[in-house]
Amino acid sequence: MSPSPGDTGTTGPGPAALAVETHGLVKRFGHQLAVGGIDLAVPQGSVFGFLGPNGSGKTTTIRMLLALAAPTHGAVAVLGQDMPRSFRTVLPRVGALVEGPAFYPFLSGRANLHRLDAADANSPAGTRAARVDAALDRVGLTHAAGKKVRAYSLGMKQRLGIANALLAPRELMVLDEPTNGLDPQGTREVRSLVRSLATEGTTVFVSSHLLAEVEQICTHAGIMRAGLLVAQGTLAELRRDGREQVRVLTPDMARACGVLARLGLVPEIAVSVPTDDDGGLVRAPVPERRGEPADIVAALVADGVRVRGFAVEAGSLEDRFVELTGEGFEVVE
Amino acid sequence: MLAALAAIPVLIAVVVRLSAHVPPGRGPVFLDRITQNGMFVAATAMVVAIPLFLPLTVGVVAGDTVAGEAGMGTLRYLLVAPAGRIRLLVVKYLGAVVFCVAATLVIVLAGSAIGALLFPVGPVTLLSGDTVGAGQAEWRLVLVAAYVTVSLAGFAAVGLFISTLTDAPVGAMAATVVLAIASQVLDSLPQLAWLHPWLFSHYWFDFADLLRQPVTWDSFGANAVLQAGYLAVFGALAYGRFASKDVLS
Ligand SMILES: Nc1ncnc2c1ncn2[C@@H]1O[C@H](COP(=O)(O)OP(=O)(O)OP(=O)(O)O)[C@@H](O)[C@H]1O
Ligand SMILES: [Mg+2]
Repeated sequence: MSPSPGDTGTTGPGPAALAVETHGLVKRFGHQLAVGGIDLAVPQGSVFGFLGPNGSGKTTTIRMLLALAAPTHGAVAVLGQDMPRSFRTVLPRVGALVEGPAFYPFLSGRANLHRLDAADANSPAGTRAARVDAALDRVGLTHAAGKKVRAYSLGMKQRLGIANALLAPRELMVLDEPTNGLDPQGTREVRSLVRSLATEGTTVFVSSHLLAEVEQICTHAGIMRAGLLVAQGTLAELRRDGREQVRVLTPDMARACGVLARLGLVPEIAVSVPTDDDGGLVRAPVPERRGEPADIVAALVADGVRVRGFAVEAGSLEDRFVELTGEGFEVVE
Repeated sequence: MLAALAAIPVLIAVVVRLSAHVPPGRGPVFLDRITQNGMFVAATAMVVAIPLFLPLTVGVVAGDTVAGEAGMGTLRYLLVAPAGRIRLLVVKYLGAVVFCVAATLVIVLAGSAIGALLFPVGPVTLLSGDTVGAGQAEWRLVLVAAYVTVSLAGFAAVGLFISTLTDAPVGAMAATVVLAIASQVLDSLPQLAWLHPWLFSHYWFDFADLLRQPVTWDSFGANAVLQAGYLAVFGALAYGRFASKDVLS
């Protein structure tokens, strides 16, 4: 996938317009490279999942999209206009949740939204009360709207943060880990909220490190690793790019590995699948120059490997994600 | 904080009322005149508040302006609204100035009220020897409040600038208050006489001209020019710092 401008991965005729576009975007904090030159292309109308492990640069990128931080190098265009230069015309059309909600604890939820809405000099004061109440209703906070935010639970604050992003009709929503701290019910509500926004034509740019979440709601995704955008495109494209895998279920795992290695594959014992009396899972990416899969079974059996299960599967998005970002738990610096 | 400021004249008035007699010439200026005329409570309270209480409260407010929002994380949401960085600074500074107005007025009004309550109120002899009625004297006190507000305007701009330097409001407040103290200490060292006219606290006590007949505006003007200079310099510094600042809180 070459993320050149215009090649957005959509199937429509001609290059789709981009809601967010960056070129060689770099952000350095002193010596630390937080974002290392990324070319994002988020098509208008898409639900774009911005995936990556902790510390991979998602929030930093979002801050640059929203003119909170200036890029060290590179260019950012949001809704077709240069940022941060055009923030005045761009930001009123963008709703955002950045690195968790933040409110005045001594004010009620409703008063907080009034204050934040009034912060934009051009937001119409006449409709403010109605818009605030509609946003509160949309996130299910109507009953708690009069409570001081100090008395809100984590999930209630998160909902209030999303309500703040919904104060006006938006063309783009930027949501940084929107389901953080939400209960399963709240998580589902956010998902359906994102879907309803998408059907209204709003582009949704949602960062997450939860793959399942992205798979459920997104049409597109970009995967960050240590400040680099290692892949982006439609979910189907990302899955397709994952290599097919041979999966062998067997009690004789060591011997199976030996056979597969002799056939020129690179096998590994899948740690995610527990080994029991029935054996465990050995898997290996199918080599470029693939032969008949049945030959692999024949070779295994000829060597006395007791094969309980055999499959050649397309890589799941999860495999692809792990393949791109590494399996380890260590935060990559 | 306004309540704390209102407590100063109340405290002074109550203490003077309860004590048998105040030896003349001791304690803050005007203190010994309170028992004859309650109008002097507000004047005394102002003299007491200028070196410490007012810079303390104004320093807290001015130091909190930007750093407080950054510390709470609300700064990023204000900017994304978008509030506009210049507009945010201007509104925050105006908020600090409004606090200065409220603070000085609270001292004058609370002082006048408690003075009228506990002591006789009558015509006041001004520093020039002329005597004016209580109404005119109250008006002079409001003029003093205006003078002190102007005195604090430059200092508030310094606080605003310091507030753009950090995401920790307590640090910004402390640094701002320390500067007010330092400026007054430097102003009291005769070896640094060349520096004195440039210190923002230099004219803080020079409101005596407003208590003469007729009122002379020279010190008011000199003070206003100095404070405007501080506002221009530190306003520009705050803008320079904040306009390009990465908001990472
Ligand atoms: N203010 C800062 N000063 C210095 N380094 C920073 C700062 N903010 C972030 N970083 C560094 O930049 C890198 C990217 O951080 P970022 O917050 O963008 O990650 P993230 O992808 O949002 O992670 P998470 O999933 O934990 O939210 C990290 O290595 C982090 O240490
Ligand atoms: Mg983050």
